[in-house]
Amino acid sequence: MHPMIRTSRRRRRSDGAARRVFQLAALFTFVITVLIIGTLAVDAWGFLSKLADTPDGLGSLTAIGWFPRRGLYDIGTLVVGTLIVTGIAMLVAVPLGLGAAIFLSEYARPRLRRYVKPLLEILAGIPSVVLGYFAIAVINPDIVVNLFSNASKAFTLMAAGIGVGILTIPIIASVAEDALRAVPHALREASSGLGAKRSQTTFRVIIPGAISGIVAALILGMSRAIGETMVVAIAAGAVGGGLFQLTPLQPGQTMTGAMAALGFGSDQVAGDNLAFESLYFVGLLLFVMTFLLNYLSDRLVTRFREVY
Amino acid sequence: MALSSPASIGGGTSRAMTAGLTGKSFDVKSKMVEAALVLTLAASMLILLVLIVDLLATSWPLWTDRPGDFLTGSLNSANAQSAGVWQGIKGTLMLCLVVMVVAFPLGVACAVYLEEYSSGSRFAKWTRINVRNLAGVPSIVYGLLGLAIFVNAIGGFTGGRTVFAGGLTLAALVLPIVVITTSEALRAVPRPIREGAFGVGATQWEVVKDHVLPAAAPGILTGTVLSLARAAGEAAPILLVGAATGLLRTGNQSFVEQLTGPFTAMPVVIFSYARQPDDAFREATAAASVVLLALVLLMNALAIWLRNRYDRKW
Repeated sequence: MHPMIRTSRRRRRSDGAARRVFQLAALFTFVITVLIIGTLAVDAWGFLSKLADTPDGLGSLTAIGWFPRRGLYDIGTLVVGTLIVTGIAMLVAVPLGLGAAIFLSEYARPRLRRYVKPLLEILAGIPSVVLGYFAIAVINPDIVVNLFSNASKAFTLMAAGIGVGILTIPIIASVAEDALRAVPHALREASSGLGAKRSQTTFRVIIPGAISGIVAALILGMSRAIGETMVVAIAAGAVGGGLFQLTPLQPGQTMTGAMAALGFGSDQVAGDNLAFESLYFVGLLLFVMTFLLNYLSDRLVTRFREVY
Repeated sequence: MALSSPASIGGGTSRAMTAGLTGKSFDVKSKMVEAALVLTLAASMLILLVLIVDLLATSWPLWTDRPGDFLTGSLNSANAQSAGVWQGIKGTLMLCLVVMVVAFPLGVACAVYLEEYSSGSRFAKWTRINVRNLAGVPSIVYGLLGLAIFVNAIGGFTGGRTVFAGGLTLAALVLPIVVITTSEALRAVPRPIREGAFGVGATQWEVVKDHVLPAAAPGILTGTVLSLARAAGEAAPILLVGAATGLLRTGNQSFVEQLTGPFTAMPVVIFSYARQPDDAFREATAAASVVLLALVLLMNALAIWLRNRYDRKW
C-alpha cells in the first residue's frame, strides 16, 4: 500500500479503542441478564431451602391462601389471582386493541391515522400508577359496582383487571397494526381485483395473512398484563394476604400484588426473614412465565417476517 | 366534476368503477363492519378522555384553592390539606438525570456495535435476542435486581436506598428501549453515506462518529426522550429500591448529598396518596396525577416534535 494512503497510527489506535468500548457496552447487556437471573435463582433457592427446614416444610406452598406472615405460601392463590386479572384485561384489550389496529391499518385515511396514532401513543404513555388511581376512583365505583351489585365497594380484582386491560390496549394495537401493514399491498389489490369487498379482503385475506403477528401481539399483551404491578397494588386490595378464591368481584391477591405488598405495600416486611425472601421466589416465577410468553411471541414475529 | 388533473380523473374513475362492479353504490354490510371497528377505536379514545376529564375535575378544587402551595409542598401522608409534590418532582428529575447519564451512552454504544461493527455476527444475533428479552422483563423484577444489586451488593458505592440506586435501576429498565430505538435509527441511515466515507479513507470509528451518528441523531434523541418518559412514570422498581412513601426530610442539602440521600418520585407520591383511605386525599392524588401526566406527556410531545421536525426521507 502506498504510504500516503496508510492510516496513521493515531487514527488506527482510536479506531481500535472505539471498537472495544462499543463491544464492552454490548457485553454489558448480558451482565444485566446474568444479574437478574442470578439474583432471582439464588434468592428463590435460599427461600425454598429455608422453607424446607420449617416444621411444615415445602407443604406450605399449598395451603388455604397466601399469608406470608403466618408461614402460608400458597402459590396457587397468586397464580389464580393473576390469571383472573389477566383474563379480564384480555377481555377488555383484545377487542379494543385489535379493532383499533384493523381500522387504522385497513380503513383509516392517512390524515385520520396521523391524528389518531399519537393519541394511542398517549394512552401507551400513561403511567400505571395513574391507572391504579383511575381503577379505584372511577372503574370500581362507577362500572363494576353498577354492573354487579354484589361486588366489593372498595377493591375488586375486576377493577384491577379492567385497569390493566386499558394499559394493554396500545401494546396490542401497535404490534397487531405493524403485522397487518406488513402484509404486501399486492394481496389487497389482487383481492379487490377479484371483486371482494373491503370487509371480505380484510377478514379473509389480510387477517389470515397476518395471523402469526396478531397472535404474537396477543401473547405480548398477555405477558405485559401478567407483569403489571401498580394497578393491582392499588386496586386489587388484598393487603397482607388473601384466601384462595375464584370470584373477580372481591379483593384478591396476584403475583405482582403479593410482591408489592411484601416489598413496599401494607405488609412491608423488610430484612432477612422468610416472608421477605418469598418475594424472590414469586419474582422468579413471574420472570419464567413472562419469559416463556415473550419468547413465543418473538418466535411468531420472526416467522412472520420471514414469510413476507 | 372538472376533469382538470390526472388525479381527479383517476379518482373519479375508480369510484365509478367500484360502484359499477359491486352493483351497489352503498354497501350496508361493509359499512357496519367499518362502524364496529370505528367504535372500538372510539372506545379507547373515550377511555382516555374520561381519564383526563376525571383527573382535572377531581383536582380542580385544589388547583383553584392552593396551586402554588401544592406544587412546592412536601410529601405528607398524614394531612391532605398540606400535602404537596415538590419532593416528587425533584426526585423524578434527578432520577431522569441518572438514567440519562447511564443508559444513554451505554445503549447507544451497544446499538452502534450491533449495527455498525458486527451486524451479521452470531454475537450480534445473541445480543439482539438478549436485549429483546430484557425489554419484556416486568418492571417489578428490575426492582428486585435493584434491591439485591444496587442497594445491597454495591451499597457502599451507591449509598443504599438512594436516588443513585433508584436511577441505576431505572437505567437498567430502559436500556433495552434505548438500544432498540437507536438500532432502528442507525438502520435508517442509508448505506451510501457509509460507503462514501469509507471510500475517502475514513476508519470505522470516523465513519460512525462523523457520518452515521450525526445522521441518526434525531431518531436516537427521540428514542432517548421516550425512554426517559417511561422511566419517569415507573413506580414499582423504585418503590422496591426504597423510595420514601411517608415523611421525607430534605433540608438545605448540596446536590451530591441529595443524590446519595433518601428520595421519592412523582409516581411514588401518587401511590402514597392513592393508598390513603381518607377521601380528602383523593384531590391530592388526582392533582399529583395531573402533574405526572403533564410531565410525561410533555416529554412524549417533545419526542414526537423531534421526530417530525428532523425526520429525513433518504
